[in-house]
Amino acid sequence: MAEAKTVSLELPLLARVEGEGALEIAYAQGRIAGLKLRIFEPPRYFEKLLEGRHYSEVPDIVARICGLCPAAYQMSAVQALEAILGLAPTPWISAMRRLFYCGEWIESHCAHLHLLAAPDFFGCGSVVELAAKEAAAVRRGLKLQNLGNRILKFLGGRSIHPVGARVGGFWRAPGAAEAQALLAELQAALPEAEALLDWVLAWPLPESDQVFESVALRDPAGYAIETGRIASDRGLDIGAGEFERHFSEHQVPHSTAFHCLHDGRPYLVGPLARLNVNSDRLPLDIRQRLHQAGIALPSRNPFHSAAARAVEVLYALREAVRLLSDYAPNDTPYLEAGARAGCGCGVTEAPRGILWHRYELDEHGLVRQARIVPPTAQNQARIEADLAATLAALAEAPEPELRRRAETVIRNYDPCISCATHFLTLKVER
Amino acid sequence: MKPRLGVYKFTSCDGCQLALLNQGEGLLALLERVELTHFPEAGPNAPEAAVDIALIEGSLSTPEEAERIRAIRARSGQLVALGACATAGGIQALRNATEAGSAWRAALYPQPEFIATAERSLPVSALVHVDLELFGCPIDAAQLLAALNALLAGGRYRPSGDSVCGECKRAGHGCVLVGRAEPCLGPVTRAGCGALCPGQGRGCYGCFGPSAQANLASLKTVFANLGLPPDAIERRFAFITAEAFRAAGEKHG
Ligand code: SF4
Ligand code: SF4
Ligand code: SF4
Repeated sequence: MAEAKTVSLELPLLARVEGEGALEIAYAQGRIAGLKLRIFEPPRYFEKLLEGRHYSEVPDIVARICGLCPAAYQMSAVQALEAILGLAPTPWISAMRRLFYCGEWIESHCAHLHLLAAPDFFGCGSVVELAAKEAAAVRRGLKLQNLGNRILKFLGGRSIHPVGARVGGFWRAPGAAEAQALLAELQAALPEAEALLDWVLAWPLPESDQVFESVALRDPAGYAIETGRIASDRGLDIGAGEFERHFSEHQVPHSTAFHCLHDGRPYLVGPLARLNVNSDRLPLDIRQRLHQAGIALPSRNPFHSAAARAVEVLYALREAVRLLSDYAPNDTPYLEAGARAGCGCGVTEAPRGILWHRYELDEHGLVRQARIVPPTAQNQARIEADLAATLAALAEAPEPELRRRAETVIRNYDPCISCATHFLTLKVER
Repeated sequence: MKPRLGVYKFTSCDGCQLALLNQGEGLLALLERVELTHFPEAGPNAPEAAVDIALIEGSLSTPEEAERIRAIRARSGQLVALGACATAGGIQALRNATEAGSAWRAALYPQPEFIATAERSLPVSALVHVDLELFGCPIDAAQLLAALNALLAGGRYRPSGDSVCGECKRAGHGCVLVGRAEPCLGPVTRAGCGALCPGQGRGCYGCFGPSAQANLASLKTVFANLGLPPDAIERRFAFITAEAFRAAGEKHG
């Protein structure tokens, strides 16, 4: 057996992800003997601090779980709470929620693609270096990101922790002139979202072939975003209320984030999982472009997540244009209901994957219990499995190479470690 | 030599640093004027480097964080606390009012012994000297850029101590407290957001924390006259910036 060697490295990152984490790999006789992705983002106890709050306060509280996808937290929460209160959103409210969510997908995906992921594929350390090489692409990306923010502001007043959404709908219906101005900007940006997709499809995405289950929402009406049943490419098809019967969270000693498993096994959520589960719901031209770029769906290459994000930016921008095209202000932007005791679940597609909530309310409308399963907890076990698969062949590789590959893998999942990390400390034993 | 800027994250949602990343072209322009030594979410990672300006996001909620903030303070010129987390402990400071620290840990984690957190979530100023505080959850990005411009020019920046009501009037919003009988924290909340919530037709929930002379007692009376029960009134103040409102209540009533 090779002499045991332990080296500790401070990794810049998880530069380009959120939060704090570390990776430990132990190699024995050229094979991986142990691998732990440690997350030590301090817990914030949201599920406990929700207890005793009135249901109307929940959207403003859960937004604070994550600055990158506050609207997703708000939308899963209102869905669960409305199920308890017996509120059925009107077509106007449903359309505006989808529009709101499209804004968040565009903003979050563009931030990930340009600020976090792209530098990996151009040999750069950061977007600052990348901006010197690929100035036009970076500028385009920042512009699209900003447009996503504009959509969020249109309905929410601001893009981080928006204040416009409430249980029952939106506080206010924006005016027709505001909608027209936004629509014109979105239409003008459509060619740029097309160009973004072409740019990402030309990235040298690494080859990888792994076996995993993709879990995503599926909706009869279109590509699922804010509504749908939980489905997988292995035949799962359940409602939000059945989640706990199929999925279970486990605490592992090395992490403050739970590992969530489906029937005891790791699974994938997020943009690639959505594409794998919903390829037939994608517009034909987008499917053809993926095909021409050599991406067959369902894909077993996790790195295709980058392409999936670019696809979803284009799709979401088109959706936003469609939803705004026949916009009319509505004088009932929200529905009201009296307090009611009960239990309800909600699930939507956050940029990073399905985000499941369950609330129990008492007869005064106060939260008795809350449970929130964020996408990062769901992808945690899959990230470890991917790292094991990718790093297995690198037992002899020098540490900088090992570290670069590990970071690229982790970042590809866009783990939002504040909801489940920024310094990756790499510890290798061989 | 360009001034060195570091952005450090503690217990937070990343929203305040995202307010900076969301600046797009404005961010690129700023980056030409400073050397960004540390900003892991954007790439540069040199946690041990000395900086001229340190931007701190998040509250201090673990023993490791207490140690880390002291080390950053020791090698930084100006230290700026960003947002409700760094200035008031953030929404996660709601646990401070309860005896809940370890009870919550035990309720959420089957094996609480693996989790190291402090009983309280603290603002940065509780442990080290802070040169400038920017409020909000999240901070207002335009305010951050203005503050950085002032600091880079060797000047000072002081956020206004006025209340949201003044911004509300300037924006021409109808008063939701008077007009719609919606409880609004605008009269006692620090200006800085441009009166976003009243602009949406809803009451302010205090995310910028208390204004300089906040008189909480009289606003509580107004809320009681609207028919709000005492526990609902208390919950309004025990929210995103709970600790700061509690301190303001002790100071000005
Ligand atoms: S102050 Fe608010 S936006 Fe800023 S990090 Fe804390 S929770 Fe997030
Ligand atoms: S709506 Fe609120 S912030 Fe605006 S004037 Fe009335 S009390 Fe003040
Ligand atoms: S109105 Fe109040 S709660 Fe709303 S954004 Fe401004 S300070 Fe925050």
